Amino acid sequence: MEVNHSITITTMIAEQTITWHVACSVEDIPENGGACALIENEQIAIYNFTRRGEWYATQNLCPHRQQMALSRGMIGSTGADNEPKVACPFHKKTFSLKSGECLTGDEYSIKTYPVKVENGQVFVGV
Amino acid sequence: MKKKIVVVGNGMVGYKFCEKLISKDVSKSFDLVVFGEESRPAYDRVHLSEYFAGKTAEDLTMAPSSWYKENGITLYLSDPVVDINREEKMVRSHHGIVENYDYLVLATGSAAFVPPIPGVEKDGVFVYRTIEDLDLMQSHAKKAKKGAVIGGGLLGLEAAKALLDLGLEETHVIEFAPRLMPRQIDEAGSKTLQSKLEGLGLQIHLSKNTQEITGNGVIESMKFADGSVLEVDMLVISAGIKPRDEVAKIAGLEVGTRGGIIVNDKLQTSDPNIFAIGECALAHQMIYGLVAPGYEMAEVVATSIVGGEKEFKPFDMSTKLKLIGIDVASFGDAFIQEPNAQTIVFENTAKGIYKRINISNDGKYLLGGVLVGDAEQYNMLLQNTKNKTLLPADPEDLMLGSRGGAEQASSGVMALPDEALICSCEAVTKGNICHEIIENKVTTLDGIKKCTKAGTGCGGCVPMVKDLINETMKSQGVFVRNILCEHFDYTRQELFDLVKIKGFKTYDDVLDNLGKGDGCEVCKPAVASIIASLWNEMILEKNATVQDSNDRFLANIQKNGTYSVVPRIPGGEITPEKLIVIGQVALKYNLYTKITGGQRIDLFGAHVSDLPDIWEELVNAGFESGHAYGKSLRTVKSCVGSTWCRFGVQDAVSFSIEVEERYRGLRSPHKLKSAVSGCTRECAEAQSKDFGIIATEKGWNLYVCGNGGVKPRHAELLATDIDSATCLKYIDRFLMFYIKTAEPLTRTAPWLDKMEGGINYLKSVIIDDALGMNAQFEQEMQFLVETYKCEWKEVVTNPALRKRFTHFVNAPKMKDPYAKFEPMREQVKAAEWK
Ligand code: SRM
Ligand SMILES: Cc1cc2nc3c(=O)[nH]c(=O)nc-3n(C[C@H](O)[C@H](O)[C@H](O)COP(=O)(O)OP(=O)(O)OC[C@H]3O[C@@H](n4cnc5c(N)ncnc54)[C@H](O)[C@@H]3O)c2cc1C
Ligand code: SF4
Ligand code: FES
Repeated sequence: MEVNHSITITTMIAEQTITWHVACSVEDIPENGGACALIENEQIAIYNFTRRGEWYATQNLCPHRQQMALSRGMIGSTGADNEPKVACPFHKKTFSLKSGECLTGDEYSIKTYPVKVENGQVFVGV
Repeated sequence: MKKKIVVVGNGMVGYKFCEKLISKDVSKSFDLVVFGEESRPAYDRVHLSEYFAGKTAEDLTMAPSSWYKENGITLYLSDPVVDINREEKMVRSHHGIVENYDYLVLATGSAAFVPPIPGVEKDGVFVYRTIEDLDLMQSHAKKAKKGAVIGGGLLGLEAAKALLDLGLEETHVIEFAPRLMPRQIDEAGSKTLQSKLEGLGLQIHLSKNTQEITGNGVIESMKFADGSVLEVDMLVISAGIKPRDEVAKIAGLEVGTRGGIIVNDKLQTSDPNIFAIGECALAHQMIYGLVAPGYEMAEVVATSIVGGEKEFKPFDMSTKLKLIGIDVASFGDAFIQEPNAQTIVFENTAKGIYKRINISNDGKYLLGGVLVGDAEQYNMLLQNTKNKTLLPADPEDLMLGSRGGAEQASSGVMALPDEALICSCEAVTKGNICHEIIENKVTTLDGIKKCTKAGTGCGGCVPMVKDLINETMKSQGVFVRNILCEHFDYTRQELFDLVKIKGFKTYDDVLDNLGKGDGCEVCKPAVASIIASLWNEMILEKNATVQDSNDRFLANIQKNGTYSVVPRIPGGEITPEKLIVIGQVALKYNLYTKITGGQRIDLFGAHVSDLPDIWEELVNAGFESGHAYGKSLRTVKSCVGSTWCRFGVQDAVSFSIEVEERYRGLRSPHKLKSAVSGCTRECAEAQSKDFGIIATEKGWNLYVCGNGGVKPRHAELLATDIDSATCLKYIDRFLMFYIKTAEPLTRTAPWLDKMEGGINYLKSVIIDDALGMNAQFEQEMQFLVETYKCEWKEVVTNPALRKRFTHFVNAPKMKDPYAKFEPMREQVKAAEWK
């Protein structure tokens, strides 16, 4: 069930090719939480932010101590504009789910991926 | 045309100069070029020792390389300046880079001073100054057993603590002078400090002169002038600092006879276009070996280069030793004595406390002093000294803190003048901080750190900044409450009552009705714990993803992403059959097996997808979850008691099993530990537990609010000679009272500390029913006892819950290839992380 189909989407900035991969079905990711999927040999953390009706995906590797753990972290929001974030279970470093930026003041950031849901299936764009 | 400033040295002070110049040079009229000899951008040397406690090089970095880029600073690393041509006004680096300058700023810092003892070049001899030094020490320490430090000063003691932390079996401190920290504290203070350090496991040798370091290539022993010999396999030399003035010398700048680049009050060297700042500069005939004066020097030079006027004044050298776990501080003129001053001394040898303050002869002003063993008053005393505050009638109150009268303690900060320097590292005054609190409504410590930088240097002023925030808010009529986080305007206690009254059973209900935003890693587990304490439903049914990660997987996450498995072994009693099952499970799943400090067995290295299978086998053999992952009851430790022991007066094991089974699974603000000892010899260490029980001839003595851990506390006696039923009744009440009123993640000891009236009040609530709540407490506890279920048993028998225990949702059978192990002593260990 790896590669499903490939489409081209046009963004405002430039034309970019994204390959959408089926990751899992909606029920596989717990509500308001995350789980990890293996896509093209990469570990990708997918978050079902039910409360906001939003989906996010990031790398699963926490850059702090190189642990494959972000999918097991708690999600939430911070600040006046409710920036969605995930906290690594190891040392609670937090990262923006939108930009991947580390919100606890460290230099590193994490990769983020586009997600879409169609017919109960979750797709991640790589 | 832009002018160019070249900075030589990218240490703490060199960096601070860049930061200050960038903020002052608004018209961008200078180009900044920095040469650093070390391979990484400037880092926080003051907190260097935290590197051994898990901080990484990045954590310690002052600003990342990108910061230099963003601010247009050219930064050359690993490339020291080797020559200065003052005629042509240019410098040349080791790699041959040549840069012209209009101004040159020397911030080359200092190096460790290594006395010319024969043998210092041997392997295993280190200095303590850079991250590289620490890396070298760390790898050598792996095979070393006995270590020593030459130098019993501020840095030497820090290095000695580092050796202890590195796990050496013996650590010696060798000091040439007849006392420790000779520059900061007096004879009596040194004595107190010495006995405290010995308590930590350091061996102190005073008046010892090292003559030779022997060994065949690698250090083997040290020989002293008095003929004695000490065998060691590792040595750290911390005998003082030596200013790095070598390039200045080559350039013909004036240097002091004992080193240091001579500067005037403007910090100009003998060449007016060249400045020297930080630990390489000899100002007022002295080297200031602390970071705060260095930062002030950076300020002075940055100001004068952009055209301002500022001079470097003699700087206060008060210090507080951080980190070693013992408070030591000296401030102002620590050594002045009669007849030039009056001294007041307080000493408590049993507690290891020594305090001395020096007062002007007219009794009006504080001149300085020494604090050992308890430096809580350091900030206040320092402020009083610096601001020449008029002393109260009984000046000893200042050093002893409030005795009796409860409210006085913090009124101190408010009495300070606005100019009082609160953070001397960053030169932030009380006025600056209060301005942010009142005008800009910055009311959190992090906020103040961000906008004023106070507390970001050595961190010594942080308690004072916190006091200032609280007191200023109070004086503004704002009632300060410990609200949970940005998503809830309630304290934990308020939230607990509301959740109970409204009957909320999910986090979302609570957030929708009582909070805002989408929650976070602070409020989620706190609310999850409240819900569990109230309703005792299986935590993974409705609230799985708001549990702390360990609770979510009912296991503790380990260094490589695998988990540990801890079955409950009440009272430490286990049958041979059960022991065999544990052994079989460990073998089958290749788990590292260890006896814990809590009288049970921990199996480490379980893949998340194996957890349900492992627990299925354990549950079938009659084991239950040990809740090692939860903020809940851990173990009730027991000694063997009267069933075997010739001294035992009660059956400690039976009672500890009864207690453990009564409170197993109980969710609380923090973890709970207990123990039962069979007689006053106290082999189960009950007095170090949240609730501890000691057998007497007539029944039990009940102790509460003790703990080991970070800040050990002995428990306090709550009731004597009570029977088993009364004991359980008191514990029910005690635990419910704690669960309802403690702040999140607060153990029982700090909870009691904050309780007005302390143990006497607690007794009145639990024994005399002062709140009239006891019947309710008992009823609530009874409900929790009756509704207990083993969480792992429920998971094992529930396919939907079982399914959650996978690493890859799209490859449930596959294990995380990232979870790596290494062999060790016939078992495995987690691969070291980076
Ligand atoms: C396994 C064990 C060490 C061992 O190999 O002996 C251990 C291991 C951990 N301890 Fe402990 N502690 C263990 C006994 C202790 C003891 C001794 C005791 O209980 O008699 C103490 C001091 C006594 C006390 O707590 O009052 C202790 C004080 C701590 C603390 C500091 C608590 C404090 O209030 O200062 C922490 C940190 C925390 O809880 O926030 C901690 C936290 C931890 C954690 C949970 C750290 C973590 O988050 O990963 C470790 C997880 C172990 C695991 O994965 O299973 N551990 N820990 C011991 C398990 C006992 C058990 O059977 O449950
Ligand atoms: C373990 C430890 C604990 C400490 N604790 C405290 C404390 O609690 N409180 C306190 O106030 N102070 C403390 N200090 C002292 C504090 O760290 C120093 O005062 C401060 O670092 C001085 O800053 P600096 O920039 O002058 O020197 P440094 O930080 O030493 O920086 C100088 C830099 O210049 C480089 N350099 C040298 N020559 C050249 C050259 N020719 N070309 C290019 N680069 C060169 C050096 O390699 C170094 O990186 C501690 C120091 C240590 C080692
Ligand atoms: S087991 Fe306890 S003492 Fe040991 S490293 Fe972990 S938290 Fe620290
Ligand atoms: S490994 Fe993620 S925060 Fe440390």
